[in-house]
Amino acid sequence: MKLAYWMYAGPAHIGTLRVASSFRNVHAIMHAPLGDDYFNVMRSTSERERDFTPVTASVVDRHVLARGSQEKVINNISRKDEEQHPDLIVSTPTCTSSILQEDLQNFVDRASLSSESDVIPADVNYHRVNEPQAADRTLEQITRFYLDRALKRSSLDRSVTNSPSANIIGIFTLGFHNQHDCRELKRLPGESGILVNQVIPEGGSLKYLKDLPRAWFNTVPYREVGLMTATFLEKEYGMPYISITPMGISNTADFIAQIEKLVNVWSSALSEKRLNYESYVDNQTKFVSQAAWFSKSIDCQNLAGKEAVIFGDATHAASITKILVKEMGIRVSCSGTYCKHDAERFNEQVQGLCDEVIVTEDHTEVGDTIARIEPSAIFGTQMERHIGKRIDIPCGVISSPVHIQNFPPGYRPFLGYEGTNQIADLIYNSFNLGMEDHLLDVSGGHDTKGVSTKSLSTDRRDINWTPEAESEPKGIPGFVRGRARKNTEIFAKRNNISEITIDVMYAAREKSSS
Amino acid sequence: MKTLEIPTFECETGNYHTFCPISCVAWLYQKIEDSFSLVVGTKTRGYFLQSAPGVMIFAEPRYAMAESEEGDISAQLNDQKELERICVRVKNDRNPSVIIRIGTCTTEIIKMDLEGIAPKLEKQLGIPIVVARANGLDHAFTQGEDTVLAATTHRCPEYNHRTTNEHEEDVAKDIAVDVTPSNKCNKLFDGRSKSNKYNLVLFGSLPSSVASQLNLESRRQSVSVSGWLPSQKYTELPALGEGVYVCGVNPFLSRTATTPMRRRKCRLIGAPFPIGPDGTRAWIEKICSVFGVKTDGLEERENQIWKNLSDYLEIVTGKSVFFMGDNLLEISLARFLIRCGMVVYEVGIPYMDRRYQAAELLLLQHTCEEMKKPMPRIVEKPDNYSQVQRMHELQPDLAITGMAHANPLEARDIDTKWSVEFTFAQIHGSTNARDALELVTRPLRRRSDSILGCRSLSRQAVNV
Repeated sequence: MKLAYWMYAGPAHIGTLRVASSFRNVHAIMHAPLGDDYFNVMRSTSERERDFTPVTASVVDRHVLARGSQEKVINNISRKDEEQHPDLIVSTPTCTSSILQEDLQNFVDRASLSSESDVIPADVNYHRVNEPQAADRTLEQITRFYLDRALKRSSLDRSVTNSPSANIIGIFTLGFHNQHDCRELKRLPGESGILVNQVIPEGGSLKYLKDLPRAWFNTVPYREVGLMTATFLEKEYGMPYISITPMGISNTADFIAQIEKLVNVWSSALSEKRLNYESYVDNQTKFVSQAAWFSKSIDCQNLAGKEAVIFGDATHAASITKILVKEMGIRVSCSGTYCKHDAERFNEQVQGLCDEVIVTEDHTEVGDTIARIEPSAIFGTQMERHIGKRIDIPCGVISSPVHIQNFPPGYRPFLGYEGTNQIADLIYNSFNLGMEDHLLDVSGGHDTKGVSTKSLSTDRRDINWTPEAESEPKGIPGFVRGRARKNTEIFAKRNNISEITIDVMYAAREKSSS
Repeated sequence: MKTLEIPTFECETGNYHTFCPISCVAWLYQKIEDSFSLVVGTKTRGYFLQSAPGVMIFAEPRYAMAESEEGDISAQLNDQKELERICVRVKNDRNPSVIIRIGTCTTEIIKMDLEGIAPKLEKQLGIPIVVARANGLDHAFTQGEDTVLAATTHRCPEYNHRTTNEHEEDVAKDIAVDVTPSNKCNKLFDGRSKSNKYNLVLFGSLPSSVASQLNLESRRQSVSVSGWLPSQKYTELPALGEGVYVCGVNPFLSRTATTPMRRRKCRLIGAPFPIGPDGTRAWIEKICSVFGVKTDGLEERENQIWKNLSDYLEIVTGKSVFFMGDNLLEISLARFLIRCGMVVYEVGIPYMDRRYQAAELLLLQHTCEEMKKPMPRIVEKPDNYSQVQRMHELQPDLAITGMAHANPLEARDIDTKWSVEFTFAQIHGSTNARDALELVTRPLRRRSDSILGCRSLSRQAVNV
C-alpha cells in the first residue's frame, strides 16, 4: 500500500477510454461499479465536449459480486449495439474487473455473435500499466484489429498514394493542446506539398483504417502515445516513422529534415524531383516564427542565466528543456518527468542540458526539489503551478495533468512554427511576471492595495458588531464580504438597531434582494 | 390536469451517472476540522478524487489515498501491517483526532476486514479509527456521507438523562447559548424548559454558518438544538441515548437515521427537510409538534420570505424541470420548485427510502394539490439513456443533471443546471432559499440573451 495525495498519470482504463472516444462512432463499455464513469465528466467539462461521451458502464453491484456478471455485460453490449449502432464496442476492464477476474474475452466472443458492431476487449492490465501506456496499447490494438481483418478479407490496398503523404498518430481527446497541435501539424508538411493521409485516433473513422499503409510514412508527435502503433506499422507494413517532436525551432527543423529524407527515398525510386526544404525552414525560422528573433532580442538577453525547473510528461519536459537551454540561454537546474517507463530515453534527451534529472511520480519530491532550488520560474503541470503559488514562484503549464484553463478555445499549439511563438510568450510571461512582482516588492508594493481593503461604509462607528457576528462574515466569500457587511449595516440603521448580532445579520440577508 | 394522485414509483436499470460516494471526504474533511480521511482503494478512486473535487486537492487537504497495489490484492502483503504503517505516517504528519477510513469497492471485493483491523490499530496508535464503507457497489454520491455519519454515531458519548446535575447544566448551557433572547422567547423558554426535557440532536453535515442559521430558526420557537452530528470537531460529538430526539436535515441520511434509533435508543423525528421556506417551516413545525411547543409567527415568516423571492419566482413560474437524479436531494428540491410554481416532469433519484422520506413525500403530494400541478413521476435507479430520450420528447425548460450530461444537453438546446452544485451550495433554511433559487434561475436568466439565436450547437442528429 502506498500513501498518495495526487497522481500525475491516471489509471489504465482512462487511457483506453480516451482512445476509444476519440475515434468516430466507437463506444466503450466499462466493467465498473457506479461512479467510475467520471471520465464522462472530465471529457464533457475539460474538453467542453458538445456530444455525449460514448462511454457507458456495465455496473458492477452486489449481484455481480455474488453470481458474476453472467448475461449483464453481454446484454449491455447488445443494447448499445441496437441503440446507437457503433462501428466498434470496446469492452474496457477496470481495477474492479481485474480483481474479479471475469473472462471479458468470453463475454466479448458471445456478444459479437449477436451484434452488428465489432466487439473487442481492451487488452490492458490495470496493475501493470498507467494511462498513457494503456492509451498507446489500445490504439495499437484497434489498428491491428482492422488491418488484420482487411488483410484476411484481402481488402487491403497496399499501394502508396501518388503524391507523398503521412499519417499523424497519437492526437486524442484530453491531450494537452492536442487539437491545436493537430492543426499546426497538418499545416507543417502541407505547406510543402505533403498530404495528410489520416489522423488517428481523433476524429478517425474505423472503416478507413485499412488505408493507413497507403501513406509514405508515419509521424508520432508525442512519445507517450502512438509509438506502439508506429512500430507495428513499420514491422508489418514497412512504413518508416518519425518520432521527433516538432516542438521548438531546432526540433521542428529536425522534424522537417526527417520528412525530406524519407520522401526523397521514394522520389528517387519514382524518379521524381527531390524535395529540398532548406529555404522553407530558413524562411519559417526567420520570419514566421518569432522565436529566433526573440532569443536574439534584448528581452531574451535579460533572461540569460536565469534558473528554471521543468517537470512534465517525457515529450513536453524534454522539448521545453531543450528550448530553454539551447534557444533562450536559460539555465535549467532540474528537469524531470513522471513517465517512469520512459526514463532511459528521457535521460538521454536531457543529458548535458540540465544540472540534475528527476524521474518520479511523487509530487512531494518535485515540490521539495523546487523549494530547494528556488528557481526564477517553473515549467510543469497544474501541480507545479500550485507548488509555485505556495512559494511565490511563477509557473508556466507545459504538460498534463491540466485543468480546464489549459483547453483554451483560442489557437494555442505547442508544435510547429506557431508553437514556437506560443512557447516564447509562455516563457517570457512567466519570467517577466516574477520579475515584476519582485520589483514591486522592492519598491514597496502597489499603491492601490491600501485603498481596496478600506471599508466603504463611512459611519461605522455608530454601529457595534458583536464578536460572533464579526467572525461570521468569514464564511462569506471574500469578494462579496464587503457588500454583505454594508447591507447589514444599512439594514441595522433603518431598523434602529445599534448592535449587530448574528440574528441581525441573517435577518438583513433575508430582507436584502441582491 | 390530474391533481390528486398517490406517488407512483418506477425503477429503471440503474445505468446512470453519479459521483462515487467517496467524494464525501471532500466536504467532510472540511466540516470535521480535526479529522483525517484515508480512502483505501485503487488508483481509479484516487484519480476520481483528484479530478472531481478538483482544486481542493491543492490546498493540502486532510485526506489521502491508501493506494492498494498488486501485492495487496493478492494478499502477499499483510493488510494490517500495511494499514498500520500508513496510519502511523498520517499520525506523525498531521496528528488528527480521528482517522476516518473509507472502504471502497476494492476493499469490498477482496474482503479486507477494515472493521476488524480498526480496533487493534486504534489501541496501538491511540487515535480513534472510524470505518465507513462508502463504495460504488452499494451507494451513490451523497450516501457516502450517510455511511460515515452512521459509523460516527457509535462514537457519540452516552447521554444520561437521569443525572439531574447534568441536566441542569444542560439547561444552563442552553440559556447561555441563547445570545439574543427576545422577551417573548425568554418567557416561553423559562416556562417550558423544565416541563419539556427535550434534547434535540440534528444530523447532517452543513457548513457552520448554515448550521447556526438552523439553530436560530428553532430557537425562535424556543426549541434549542443540543448538538449536531457531525460537530465541527470530532472531540465535540453530541451525546446520544434514551430521551434524545434526533432529526435529519438532509434526505440522503437514512442509515444515519436508523442507527441512533436502533443502537442508541434515540427517537427519530420524521420531518420534511429544511430546504426552501416551505420545507423549513414544515420541518420546524414538525419538531415543535413533537415537543408540544406551540409555534409562533411561522406563517408570517414564510410569507415574508416568499415575498422577498418574488423577482425569482417571476422567472420560474410555469417553467418545467426534469431531474435526472444523482444526489438524493431531488424530492425536496422538486417539492420546493413546485411550490415556486414550476412543473416537474420527472424526479430521477438513485435510491428512495420511503420511510425516512415519508414526510417529505407527503409534503410533495400536498404541494402538488395546492399548486394544482401534476404529481411528478419518480424514477428510482434511472437509466440516463432513456431519460435523454424522454427529455427530447418533453423539451423541459430546465434539466437538473450531472456534468457528464450538462454540456451535451446545452448543445441540444436544453438548459441545464449542474446538480452537484446543490450539494455544495448553501440551500438549507429560509435564509438560503434565495441561494437555491439563484442556482435554479441562473440558466433561465441567461436564456433571455442567447447568442445569435443559435438553437442547437451539436453536430449529432437527435433521434427520438
